[in-house]
Amino acid sequence: MAKAMEAVKAAEPALTAAKAHEMYRLMVRVRLFEERARDLYMRNILRGALHLYIGMEGVAVGACAALREDDYITSTHRGHGHCIAKGGRTELMMAELMGKATGYCKGKGGSMHIADMDRGILGANGIVCGSLPIAAGAALSSKLLNQGRVAVSFFGDGGANIGPFHESLNFAAIWKLPVVFICENNLYAISTKFEQATAVPNVADRAAGYNIPGVVANGNDIVDVYAKTRAAVERARRGEGPTLVEAKTYRFEGHNMGDPQNYRSKDEVEKWRKIDPILRFEDYLRSRGLGSDDAFQKVQAETTQEIDRAVEFAQNSPEPALDEVMTDIYAN
Amino acid sequence: MPGMAEKTYAQAINEAIREEMRRDPKVFLMGEDVGVFGGAFKVTVGILEEFGPERVRDTPISELGIVGLATGAALTGSRPVAELMYLDFACLAMDQIVNQAAKLRYMFGGKARVPLVVRAQQGSGRGNAAQHSQSLEAWFFHVPGLYVALPSTAADAKGMLKTAIRNDNPVMFIEHKLLYAVKGEVPDGDHLVPLGKGDVKRPGRDVTVVATSRMVHFALQAAEALAGEGMECEVVDPRWLVPLDTDLIVESVKKTHKCVVVHEAVERGGIGGEIAAQVMEKAFPYLDAPVKRVTAPNAPIPFNEKLEASMIPSAERIAAGVRAVL
Repeated sequence: MAKAMEAVKAAEPALTAAKAHEMYRLMVRVRLFEERARDLYMRNILRGALHLYIGMEGVAVGACAALREDDYITSTHRGHGHCIAKGGRTELMMAELMGKATGYCKGKGGSMHIADMDRGILGANGIVCGSLPIAAGAALSSKLLNQGRVAVSFFGDGGANIGPFHESLNFAAIWKLPVVFICENNLYAISTKFEQATAVPNVADRAAGYNIPGVVANGNDIVDVYAKTRAAVERARRGEGPTLVEAKTYRFEGHNMGDPQNYRSKDEVEKWRKIDPILRFEDYLRSRGLGSDDAFQKVQAETTQEIDRAVEFAQNSPEPALDEVMTDIYAN
Repeated sequence: MPGMAEKTYAQAINEAIREEMRRDPKVFLMGEDVGVFGGAFKVTVGILEEFGPERVRDTPISELGIVGLATGAALTGSRPVAELMYLDFACLAMDQIVNQAAKLRYMFGGKARVPLVVRAQQGSGRGNAAQHSQSLEAWFFHVPGLYVALPSTAADAKGMLKTAIRNDNPVMFIEHKLLYAVKGEVPDGDHLVPLGKGDVKRPGRDVTVVATSRMVHFALQAAEALAGEGMECEVVDPRWLVPLDTDLIVESVKKTHKCVVVHEAVERGGIGGEIAAQVMEKAFPYLDAPVKRVTAPNAPIPFNEKLEASMIPSAERIAAGVRAVL
């Protein structure tokens, strides 16, 4: 167990310039996509569920940077960040949010069910912790079929107290499944404070109950998330079993659109905005000669145009035909 | 008879699982006590010995995990057959059955496939009382995205399970605890019952008796007794509840002009109501009497033997139901 803990206490990995730049671009893509989605929702162009990932980019992008293209992820109701970080296409996502036939799910899934099976994105999921068993099952499948793939399963602090969390960790532990469970602890379920709902101070402490390594990462430090996820992924790929990674982070927006946020103070939000993971990574890149303000602004401008094109694509796309209600219920 | 052998329902299921596991290396089993123990009802005896522990996995008591892991495995190229020891325990796995397995394909716009079979057994008559004896097929019947199988005979069990395993959709394969020991003639080899195809278990001209699972046997007993009184019952076994062979039922009612539906589940919300509605919608001008349902009353299943027995539609109760419409 101690040896396993050492394995996941990775030293700062050497990030190549290319990798670092890709990670930065992905963080910006998540941020700008989410800000645009917020804006469109407030203008009544988007409807239904919208759970924004703003402020948590360090976790999704840092974790997915440790994965191969054919590895799997499962996501949550707050899933746009995970999908983009794993290579999801913003125009197909935007079309899905607008319920269009060209969306990832033909307009039939919406924000909480975006999936890209070709990229190993086994879906955002509207049930808290609903996708942990699915990720464990994907890991089991990879083991049975000898594919060498790893599954990463994202979930929130709100999902650490519910049945599937416990059953999935136990199964993964006893069968040494190649799965990494990543808890994004943003301190609140909706309004329920983590420390009021949870019997332990850290979700990672629960790993001991399943005899697997539990690691805490600074969710707003993308390099820390990347390092710890990478160590856990490599451990899984070596056949040594699962790891529980808890990334401490914070969502800058409410749980969903229209959330009055009466359960947290503006001071607290401001405190976390000062340690914005994107600004922090910019400091990191600057200090290593890997970026400059001009370079960052260039990425932001390019990404803004990309999001503009995604919105245009989505708005110009057709609605699905009414008889699509009755298709895709079964595979023939 | 060549190409046939007498087997129990349990043996037929065992044979189906083995044949499909030999045929396709992606098929695997997981469930409580399915391996070393051979299954709580001895259905999976010997399968671990033939295929080994990678493909026959004994699990912890963790129904949601069992179905959830099987769902994830099915989503990613494997073909799991997950077992729930009692269908009553499906309650613990309902999110994975209903919100996940049944819906992933649809929610993902048709890109996902979930070739999952969940085997379970149900039914009363062994004194297992309220939490271990329910007939819950109506719950799964009600969820688009699931197929539901209720085999009544050994031959049907084998043919339907093979079809279910080869099907790319989630199938609730609901066996009956008191059918496991019942023998029947089972075709050798690749015997498949097509999806959605019911079966006339006994032809007759006077009344259509639609029955499921163990009730098929009591309906046939009732039919024997009634034949002695000059009434010929046509016993129709839908076999699959989803997809339901409505055409077979309607065709029969158009001939007989009377319909009785028998199921072991409680009356309220049972599949009998759905079948009655379909018969009314599709064959109303042909009916000489309202559709009659013979079911359990709306009560949990009591422990006492006589009380328990009174809940189950016996051959006598079915015959009384038939006489009521004739």
